[in-house]
Amino acid sequence: MPVKDRVEMRKLPVEKRIRSFEEVALGYTEEEAIQEAKRCLQCPPRPCVQGCPVGIEIPRFIKKIAEGDFLSAYKIIKERNAIPAITGRVCPQEHQCEGVCVLNKLKKPTAIGALERFVADWALKEGVAKELAEKEIANRPSNGNIKVAVVGSGPAGITVAADLAKLGYEVTMFEALHKPGGVLMYGIPEFRLPKRIVEYEIDYLRRLGVDIETNVLIGRTYTIKDLLEDGYKAVFLGTGAGTPKFPGIPGETLVNIYSANEFLTRVNLMKAYLFPQYDTPIKIGKRVAVIGGGNVAMDAARTAVRLGAEEVYILYRRTEEEMPARREEVINAKEEGVKFQLLTQPIRFIGNKDDILTGIECIRMQLGEPDATGRRKPIPVPGSEFIFEADTAIIAIGAHPNPLIARTTPEIKVDEEGRVITDSELRTSMKRVYAAGDIVLGEATVIEAMGTGRRASQTIHRDISEGRI
Amino acid sequence: MVRQLFRLNEIVEKKELAPRIKEIKVYNPRIAAKARAGQFVIVKVGEEGERIPLTIADWDREKGLITIVFQEVGVSTYKLGRLGVGDVITDVVGPLGNPSEIEKFGTVVCVGGGVGIAAIYPMAKELKKAGNRVISIIGARNKDLLIYEEEMRRVSDELRITTDDGSKGRKGFVSDELRDLLNSGLKVDRVIAVGPAIMMKTCADVTRPFNVKTIVSLNSLMLCGMGMCGACRVEVGGKTRFVCVDGPDFDAHQVNFDVLIKRLNAYKAEEQLALKRFLEVKA
Repeated sequence: MPVKDRVEMRKLPVEKRIRSFEEVALGYTEEEAIQEAKRCLQCPPRPCVQGCPVGIEIPRFIKKIAEGDFLSAYKIIKERNAIPAITGRVCPQEHQCEGVCVLNKLKKPTAIGALERFVADWALKEGVAKELAEKEIANRPSNGNIKVAVVGSGPAGITVAADLAKLGYEVTMFEALHKPGGVLMYGIPEFRLPKRIVEYEIDYLRRLGVDIETNVLIGRTYTIKDLLEDGYKAVFLGTGAGTPKFPGIPGETLVNIYSANEFLTRVNLMKAYLFPQYDTPIKIGKRVAVIGGGNVAMDAARTAVRLGAEEVYILYRRTEEEMPARREEVINAKEEGVKFQLLTQPIRFIGNKDDILTGIECIRMQLGEPDATGRRKPIPVPGSEFIFEADTAIIAIGAHPNPLIARTTPEIKVDEEGRVITDSELRTSMKRVYAAGDIVLGEATVIEAMGTGRRASQTIHRDISEGRI
Repeated sequence: MVRQLFRLNEIVEKKELAPRIKEIKVYNPRIAAKARAGQFVIVKVGEEGERIPLTIADWDREKGLITIVFQEVGVSTYKLGRLGVGDVITDVVGPLGNPSEIEKFGTVVCVGGGVGIAAIYPMAKELKKAGNRVISIIGARNKDLLIYEEEMRRVSDELRITTDDGSKGRKGFVSDELRDLLNSGLKVDRVIAVGPAIMMKTCADVTRPFNVKTIVSLNSLMLCGMGMCGACRVEVGGKTRFVCVDGPDFDAHQVNFDVLIKRLNAYKAEEQLALKRFLEVKA
C-alpha cells in the first residue's frame, strides 16, 4: 500500500497573521488527526520513542488516535509529558521524534508534533485534563508532608513540580517575575504559544496542590540555604539560561538596540503592543535587523513584523542550512515577509549624535571546516565590510545561565560557562540541591529541559525515600 | 496563633515629604528581612502596570516593613502615588541589586541630590555604624523639595545643604559644595553620590582630579531587574554591564554617563504621551 501524503496543519492566512498576535498554526480537525495517525507504520523498532527526550510512547498514542480514542491517547502522552499542549507546539520535532521516523525514507515523517498538539487541545476543550488532575490528587500517595522547593517556573520547574506533587510531596514553586511560566510566558510569543495554554498548565499545577509564589528571587529574597533551613527537604534549581549574550562589539549600548529577551519580554509579558493601554512602551523602527538564527531570532523578527515594522531582516553569520531554528518557524517567518541576510556578521553598531542606532557595520562570511557543533565554521572575508542600515536592532545570539545563584551560593559549583555542574543523576555539589534544564544544559529546548527535569525529580524522590538526604 | 496584621505588599503608612515626593511603608517581611543599603525593589501597580525600580530607603525587620520614597514623574509613579494606606501594591520583588560596600574607610562624603537623598540615607547610616566619619551633602532645587534633612542629620557627623535657588543652605549644586570640601584639603577616603544622572556625572568630574574613590548608584531604565533582559545595561570601563545584577553601585570614574543619560531618555516621547493620557483619563 503506498504511503499517503502527510496532512499539514492549516495556518492562519498571512494577511491576517501579520496584523495580529493570533496563533498561526490552527491544528487538526478530528478527521485530519485520524487520517494523519493512520500514516504511522507502527514499526517495531520505534525510533521515535528514542528520539523523544522524555520517551513518550509515540506509536501507542498515535494508534489510539487512529482508532478515534483520543482520551486514551491523551493518557498515554501524559504518562511521560506534563505539558503536551506546549511541547506539541514548540518542540523541534524535525531534530527529535520526526527526524528519526522511518517514513523519512519514503515520504515526509508522521506529523507527531501536530498529533500531540491535537490530543492535548482536545483534552483541554473537553475538560478531561481537569478531571485527570483531580483523579491524580485523589490517588496520590501521602509522603508525610515532606516539603520540596522548586526554583523557577519554566519547563524544567513545571515538570519537577508536577512529578513531585503527584508523588505526594508538598511543593512550593518560586518565580522571580510576577507571572509563572518562565520562558513560556516571557519568551515565546502568543502567535506560537498562546498564553492561555501556559496558564492552563500552571492552573493544572495548582490543582495538583503546588503552591506558586511569584515575586521571589532566590539568591536575593531567600537564599538556597534559607530554604534548606526553612524545612524544605530538597531544593530543585530550574532557573534556566536567562541572561542574554551581547556580541561585545562597539556601540551595543546605543538606543534602540534590544536583547531579544528584552524585546520579547516587553511584548509578551508586559503587553507593550497594547501601549498606552498598558504602561510598558516599545520602540519599533522602519527597518529592523534581528541578529541570530535560532528560534528566538525568528520569534523576535515575526514579532517586529506584527508591531508594524516596514522591513525586517535576519542577519545570520552562516547559511540557512545551519540555522538552529525550527524549520516551520523559518518558513513562517519567510511567509510573513522576513528577509534573510545570510553569511553576515555585525562588527559595529553605528549611532547618530543622540546615540540612536542608524546602522550596523557588517562583514561578509564564508563557510570553512566544520566546528565542534558539526556545523561549518563561518570565516570573515577580508575587505568585505559594509553598512547595513537599520533603526532597530534585536540581538538574539543566545543566553548564559543567570549568574545570581552561583554568585550568592558558592557551595554550588558551576563550569566556566556558568552552568551548574551535576552528577549523572542531577545532584549539584551542594547536598539536597538538584538542578536541571538550561541552568545545567546551557541552551537547550523545552522538551530537553523537561527530560532532565523528569530525571531530577526521580533522583529527588529516590534520595528522600531511601533516606539518603 | 498571631493574627497577621497586614496583607503582603499593603501600604501601612504614607507621607508626602514634598510636593509630588511621597514616602510609603510597605508590609513585606521577606524583603524587610534581607534588605541592605544600596538595594532596590521592582514595583508593578495593576495588571497594565510597568515594572519600575525604586530604592529601599529604610527597613524595619521586626515589623516587616520597607520604606520607599519616590517622586511622581511618570504614569507608574503617579499610579503608585494614588494608592493609599490599606491598599496593596500588586507586585513587589526584592531586595534586588548588590548591597553597597560598607566598611570602615575613614572619612566618607555622602552626596544626595533630589529624591536620591532617600537612597543615600541608608548608605550614610550603615557607613556611620561601621565607624566612618560621615560628611553628607544634600541638595534640591529649593527648600520645599529638600527631603530627609533630619534623617540625614542623625546619621552624619556633618551635614551640608545646597539649593539651586539659595532658599536653604548654600546657593548652588551639591557638586559645588563637594568641590569646595575637597579643595579645603580635607582628606577624604571615599565619596558616594546618588541622584540624577547629570549630578552623579558632575560629582565624578569633581572628584577625578583629587583621585578620590567615588561610587555612584546608577538609575538606568530597567525591566526585569534580575539579569534576564539587559534593558539596564550601561558602559563601565568600556564593558557592557547590567545595573541590576552587576550594580547598581559602580566606580564613578569608569561609568560612561553620556550613554546612561541618552538611554534614560530613550522613551521620553512615550512617557509623555502615556502620562498625558493618564492624567486626562484619571483626572
